[in-house]
Amino acid sequence: MAIFLFFLLSSVCVGAVLGMILSKNQAYSALFLVLAFTCLGGLFGLIGAPFMAVVQIIIYAGAIMVLFIFVIMMINLREGLSSEKKKWTIAFSVVLALVLLLELVLASKGASLGQSPEGSVSPKEIGQLLFTKYLYPFEITSVLIIAALVGAIVLVKKKEKE
Amino acid sequence: MIPASYFFFLSIILFVLGIIAFFIKRDLITQFMAVEIMLNAANLAFIALAKSHHFVDAQVIVFFIITVAAAEAAIGLAIILLIFRQKKSIKTEEISSMKG
Amino acid sequence: MDIVIVLIKIVLALVWFLVLTLYLTWLERKESAVIQDRVGANRASIFGIRILGLFQPFADAIKMIFKEDFVPAFSKKFLHTLAPFLSFFFVAICITAMPFGNDIMVGGRTISLQIFDANVGLLFVLAMLSLGIYGILLSGWASNNRYSLLGGIRGAAQLISYEVALGLSLVGLIMVFPSLKLSEIVQSQGGLLFGFLPKWGVFLQPLGFIIFLFAALAETKRVPFDLPEGESEIIGFFTEYGGLKWGLFMMTDFMEIIIVSTLLTTLFFGGWQVPWLSADGFQFPWGGQWQMARWLVIIFQVLAFNIKVFFFCWLQILIRWTYPRFRYDQLMDMGWKLLVPLSLVNIVGTGLLLMVIK
Repeated sequence: MAIFLFFLLSSVCVGAVLGMILSKNQAYSALFLVLAFTCLGGLFGLIGAPFMAVVQIIIYAGAIMVLFIFVIMMINLREGLSSEKKKWTIAFSVVLALVLLLELVLASKGASLGQSPEGSVSPKEIGQLLFTKYLYPFEITSVLIIAALVGAIVLVKKKEKE
Repeated sequence: MIPASYFFFLSIILFVLGIIAFFIKRDLITQFMAVEIMLNAANLAFIALAKSHHFVDAQVIVFFIITVAAAEAAIGLAIILLIFRQKKSIKTEEISSMKG
Repeated sequence: MDIVIVLIKIVLALVWFLVLTLYLTWLERKESAVIQDRVGANRASIFGIRILGLFQPFADAIKMIFKEDFVPAFSKKFLHTLAPFLSFFFVAICITAMPFGNDIMVGGRTISLQIFDANVGLLFVLAMLSLGIYGILLSGWASNNRYSLLGGIRGAAQLISYEVALGLSLVGLIMVFPSLKLSEIVQSQGGLLFGFLPKWGVFLQPLGFIIFLFAALAETKRVPFDLPEGESEIIGFFTEYGGLKWGLFMMTDFMEIIIVSTLLTTLFFGGWQVPWLSADGFQFPWGGQWQMARWLVIIFQVLAFNIKVFFFCWLQILIRWTYPRFRYDQLMDMGWKLLVPLSLVNIVGTGLLLMVIK
């Protein structure tokens, strides 16, 4: 059952990313990505990280991608761009990517990925780590988010005419 | 259960697909999305490792990656909006001048 | 056997959900009629039997199903069709996490009256509600209508803004009942405060309750927060829909009311807990006692859950027909400048109190 779910979710995820690459319209790309991220959330749930699964769905699919679609709708109300990139560029990048794939697979061959133990990590464990061992990084991320918030507002705000 | 190596392999595939997307696409927004795919692939790898070694810290790191990605998305999209306002385009080929 | 039980639970929950949705439309018509001094829908009849228009929802459903399924020209046909189903699906799936009652024992087998008891159940519901935004954004964008697009963008902006307050208002509650599991949250609301007050979330987190109520009302996108749609003046995101797809949007609205009511009930009003009722009967704080059979207790608890949910549905419809609409700047000011700071205050206050008590 679990293995079936894994193959279903992972194939939908890879398919959605492929769809994102192949679709010409940015809005469709963004929607494919939403699908991919939701599937990834499901995969996180399968591998025993339910908290990360919901965080992934809430933040990635529910907030970041909504922002993307928002911006796409704001700036691209006409039909999407036609891809005019030269054929050889695409071929070259695909070949390079395949080389990278090979390299990564070979590199991960030596990695010790033992049999995964059963059970899932509860939110409590993550919370305990977050507020003891990783307290300073946690506080720094909050500063980072405030900086991003203020920065985004300052950047996008239209200057008043003098 | 499902071996963690399956998840690891999936994350490799996603990372490579993200790189391909980054090279093939030629507008800022989709390239930005490609970066998000790569970040997600990294997240998946971290969580697979967290599972196989029962190393909860990896999940905390994923938490941080997701928060940083959120901040990065907000700033990045704001910059893209600014570029669009100034140049009326977000195609990377048309934004080649250094001066704004 | 387990799969059969889960299937039965899913079917029962969906039937409960859909029947309640259908009859909320009837309740809304009747309640608005009472408020506006009218009679309300009372014409639908089967063989001349009218009973207060109780057949009205079925008449509506038949009408919607047989209406022409119109898709505007130059719209994105696939997304235009997908959008209402997306909104419907993401609201409907929330019901899987709701605990309807305590565990029951049938033939030596413990069955929880809940379909899916994830240990992050609360966050799961919030995640599904946040994915519902796509239905709104897509329906506005795919309709090829500038006004719909604006409505969709208004809706998404409103939902994203209020999601922040919605999530933050629950942090205090999670600190008090240290769990994200909805069944555990309900379980821990069973005790008593000061020996007589039920230990419900609303008594432990009054400020959190108020913030959650406002944010949740905004999430349902109805008056006084109906800026995305505004059926009487401004054009909304599902203007270009008709027939069954429009019906799905309408049903989504009512289902959101029910989900908000169930959330309010489970988080702040003790879920299926009845005050002073424990596993073997009532234990009144003034010393009385009333023994009860186990099955009777279960029935009491499920009934209590239903009554609480009905009450909040009724309350939301009352609010919808009583208050005028906010202006858009007022809406955003309330979300960002009032509810978010207040919920932060609530978190800090709760933390300090918990520290003092410990």
